[in-house]
Amino acid sequence: MSIKTAAFAAAVSVVAVTAAQADIKMAFIDPLSGPFGPSGEAAYTSFILEAEKINAAGGVNGEMIEVTGYDNKINPKESLVQFQKAIDDGARYIFQGNGSSVAAALIEAVNKHNKRNPGDEVVFFNYAAVTPAFTNEACSFYHFRFDAHVDMKMAAITDYIKGQEGIKKVYLIGQDYVFGQAVAAAAESMIKEKRPDIEIVGNELHPLGKVKDFTPYIQKIISSGADAVITGNWGADMQLLMKAAAESGSDIPYLTFYGGSKGAVAALADGAIDRLYQVTEAITNLETSDEQNALVEEYKERFPDYDYYYHRAFNAMEMFVAAAEEAGSVDPIPVAKALEGLSIEHAYGTATMRAEDHQIQQPLFISTVSDDVKYGVDNIDLGWTLVDAGTISMESAEQPTTCEMERPE
Amino acid sequence: MSDTTQTYENLAPSAGTKFRQRTLPILIFAAILFAIPMTGPSRTFYTIAHQMGINIVFALSYNMILGKGGLLSFGHAVYFGLGGYLAVHAMNWIEAGTGLWGAFPVFFLPLVGFAGGALAGAIIGWPSCRKAGTTFAMISLGVAELIFAAAFMFDSFFGGEQGISGDRMNGIEMFNLSLGPIDEVYWFIAFWTVVGVIGMWAFTRTPLGKLSEATRDNAQRVQFIGYNPQRVRYLVFIIAGGFAGLAGGMAAVNYEIFTPDALSLVPSGLVLIMAYVGGITYFVGPIFGAILLTYMQSMLSDFTEAWLLYLGVLFIAIVMFAPRGIAGIVFGFLDGVRGDNPGRYLGRWILRLVGILLMLMGLIVLVEISVRWSNGYGEVFEPFGLHLDITSVLSWVLVILPAAAGVWLTRYASQEEDGK
Amino acid sequence: METIVFGLLNGVSYGLLLFMLSSGLTLIFSMMGVLNFAHAAFYMLGAYFAFTITGSSSFWIALFIAPVLVGLIGAVVERYGLRKVHANGHVAELLFTFGLAYLIEEVVKIVYGKTAVDYRVPDLLNFAAFEIYGATFPAYRIFVIFIAVAMLVGLWFLLKRTRAGLIIQAALTHPHMVGHLGHNVPFIFMMVFGIGCALAGLAGVMAGNIFVTDPAMAVQMGPIVFVVVVVGGIGSLEGAFVASLLIGLLQNFAVGINASFAELFGFLGLTEMSEVGSITVSSLAPVLPFLLLVLILIFRPQGLMGEQEL
Repeated sequence: MSIKTAAFAAAVSVVAVTAAQADIKMAFIDPLSGPFGPSGEAAYTSFILEAEKINAAGGVNGEMIEVTGYDNKINPKESLVQFQKAIDDGARYIFQGNGSSVAAALIEAVNKHNKRNPGDEVVFFNYAAVTPAFTNEACSFYHFRFDAHVDMKMAAITDYIKGQEGIKKVYLIGQDYVFGQAVAAAAESMIKEKRPDIEIVGNELHPLGKVKDFTPYIQKIISSGADAVITGNWGADMQLLMKAAAESGSDIPYLTFYGGSKGAVAALADGAIDRLYQVTEAITNLETSDEQNALVEEYKERFPDYDYYYHRAFNAMEMFVAAAEEAGSVDPIPVAKALEGLSIEHAYGTATMRAEDHQIQQPLFISTVSDDVKYGVDNIDLGWTLVDAGTISMESAEQPTTCEMERPE
Repeated sequence: MSDTTQTYENLAPSAGTKFRQRTLPILIFAAILFAIPMTGPSRTFYTIAHQMGINIVFALSYNMILGKGGLLSFGHAVYFGLGGYLAVHAMNWIEAGTGLWGAFPVFFLPLVGFAGGALAGAIIGWPSCRKAGTTFAMISLGVAELIFAAAFMFDSFFGGEQGISGDRMNGIEMFNLSLGPIDEVYWFIAFWTVVGVIGMWAFTRTPLGKLSEATRDNAQRVQFIGYNPQRVRYLVFIIAGGFAGLAGGMAAVNYEIFTPDALSLVPSGLVLIMAYVGGITYFVGPIFGAILLTYMQSMLSDFTEAWLLYLGVLFIAIVMFAPRGIAGIVFGFLDGVRGDNPGRYLGRWILRLVGILLMLMGLIVLVEISVRWSNGYGEVFEPFGLHLDITSVLSWVLVILPAAAGVWLTRYASQEEDGK
Repeated sequence: METIVFGLLNGVSYGLLLFMLSSGLTLIFSMMGVLNFAHAAFYMLGAYFAFTITGSSSFWIALFIAPVLVGLIGAVVERYGLRKVHANGHVAELLFTFGLAYLIEEVVKIVYGKTAVDYRVPDLLNFAAFEIYGATFPAYRIFVIFIAVAMLVGLWFLLKRTRAGLIIQAALTHPHMVGHLGHNVPFIFMMVFGIGCALAGLAGVMAGNIFVTDPAMAVQMGPIVFVVVVVGGIGSLEGAFVASLLIGLLQNFAVGINASFAELFGFLGLTEMSEVGSITVSSLAPVLPFLLLVLILIFRPQGLMGEQEL
């Protein structure tokens, strides 16, 4: 157990007592230092908080959960080292989400490990790596994805565009790697299908994390006469794009996957209102139970640097608990089998784990930034609010799969 | 030096010295590697040990050009990565059984890596080895950035961000090793680590190895005696690239995946730090550096999130106070103990060690308190049941007192040395 | 036409920013032969200091105080770090700054946190200067151009027209002679290093709010600064100026070109389908500086306007 986790545990005395008798060990393998550290930590804190809640409520079948962080520095190779360490420490459940390259490496590693070490299986809960292949051609029985993948998110965005008569020209900009290419391909085919009259006036891929000044890209977007921009950018690429957009003074709306990534709203400030859109499985400002609002507030109070963003982390843990209770066991294979087809009611809707490909199915929400919200983000008054006709039902977001899954006995 | 009768025969080491200085260390090294599995190590231990083996070969190959050749490179990971990529592709060809590859055992994939690294060295080295010094360093930086960027453009070879992966459990089994379970991979890594170390050590004994050191020290004189320094640098560069590729081939089999990250400036910087921290003037220096840094990278991040800060401090401390690295400290200590006045030397040495440990203690307390304060989660650094808050007096006493005492002790030790 | 105008405007403003950042490095490099790897880290410090000072007083005070603070830190680093390492040769000096860059980044993370801070353009300059082809050009960027040009003139005047500048130039080539004439050469070195770092700090103050002020900003800017210095030529401020503008324009124009290799080199039989053919010029933009670096080093090692080879 790392000092860090120990310190987390010490902060809440309940866990300090229960951690010692933890029965279910879960490994969180994501960047916890370096430039991507904040992305990993925002999710890690979510898992920690949910584990505390579950343990306080009596645990899973009476057994306590312990989530331990393993810093992979967002490097696939280092992830495999940490994966071995996690298995050695007794972890049978792995969480990871930052970076499709890491997820791909981990899926391979989990498959190989399970093949080579029967009886010692490990299950991989992917909470944010969204390249569609993981639940299509590269699907695995030991991999579950708790986030909507690229095609599903794009389906939601294009459904929204379908109703926007004003949009005639769309510009696509993204990062030049598997994920960005998948976003561009999905956008092109879905727009053609849903709104054949829309012209795609630009399809730009820029290198990942290398561009410092997006102004020339923004100029290109403006001179193309686009009515809307679709982007899957995340992290610094998202923040810098928004900064350049704010400077240019244009008012083209941005339909994004990760407009909620830390700092993007702050970069645009008031310019984000009705201009920055994102698609997510949850928005903290939706109508929901008092219990959920209390959770959002507790999260912000405990971790003031971050906002309640990874609702899917909470979903993943809740589904794990439900599956373990249904299976009457906390062993990986029974839990994995119970997860197939499982449905839960979470704070903002229903989530179902599709059995054929282990891809979560849930309603998605298109939201934009507003100054009239209950919960702001980036420690300013602006926050996300649902747009008109922004609720995309589970059925509309659902995508077919090509997965041919091999299941163990 | 009045002994004018000295001949070359007298200068040459005796057979016993030869054995003690050349064969024995390698035998001990091999014996340690052989003994490790007897202790029934954990999976984590194996994983770290494998990475250490890979990094040992990689750091030694880097030192061929930095320590022995005097060429500072910021792009050595390019050869590691290209060799590794070729090996992963070869692994997939073995799986497909195309042509002759069906008969090639996975066990010998590092040779493919060697070929790949050497080939890349031969192509890239041609324009870049014409100059030494800063020109070479800058070209290596530019080339590294170019190749790294190109890795994201040519998906068929580099596989984009996802990289290329393979399965090592294919083809012909060698030495009864299926290479599936981690303890079987250990023998593979151990074998190639020993081969790499012996190979590179043997290289330093060849005329080319000697010429490389001569070129580092004075390229003009090398030219006078009839050798072309550019060609010497170029040949050494190719071989160093080859050994980097060998390490890449080992990594390919160990991880069964290669991603473009392996070509970036980050591993290039890390191998530079490894070699330098270990000590570039000694052959074994990079081995120490590789072991220490691999351990820090994978294990220290468990204990503290400020591990990069400690790494930076370690590196700067080495550059400033021990430019010959860990190996320099170790061998300096051995020489001192064997010297005229071992008791006095040992005393000073212990004084200094205590001083350094005290400074380190002050630093650790300071850093750990600050990190927790900076995170703002309300955690507090609590070593040995102490409650060290940022506002408590005890914390600051524990920072300042040991640090001050440490500085005084080390200064005192140095002064005594000077005044001897 | 739009592409050309925008390319020019953005290229010049980005190029001048690069120049502010690299002029200090050129100064340090030409004088002390040290490729300061921590230079971009000082740039980052400038941005963070400016953020802190802006928070407690105003941007205009930060504009003066932050570079001075960075310069002081630089001077201390030179006096107690670099000077000690100097005896071990240039490689040791270079590695010292390499480690320093790590260290500064980690300390910044502890003090300011791992995520970006909200460092903004001052309200006084937060408006659109003019509008062409539907896009506005922010006034702050014009201010950046103004500051950069003022800095160039100031530096040029200092080095070529003042007594202090003459001594610095002399110490560059003949340190021993200058020492014998009674000047304190180590002090001159410390001053030059301090001023170089202060210039990087100034660039940080100016650029931190255009881009993002976070702990990764140094790593992002680091390599490209070397490109500017090497391409421009050792010890040549004019060269650094030309190289900055060249790189700024090159990158911005390349982004504007949509053509792929297949379209450009179609006569060679390259098709869109092939991997090389499908690469577009605009996706190459961020890589171009490094290509330029390698080509310059191979074919013109003294750089565009430098007198001595590296």
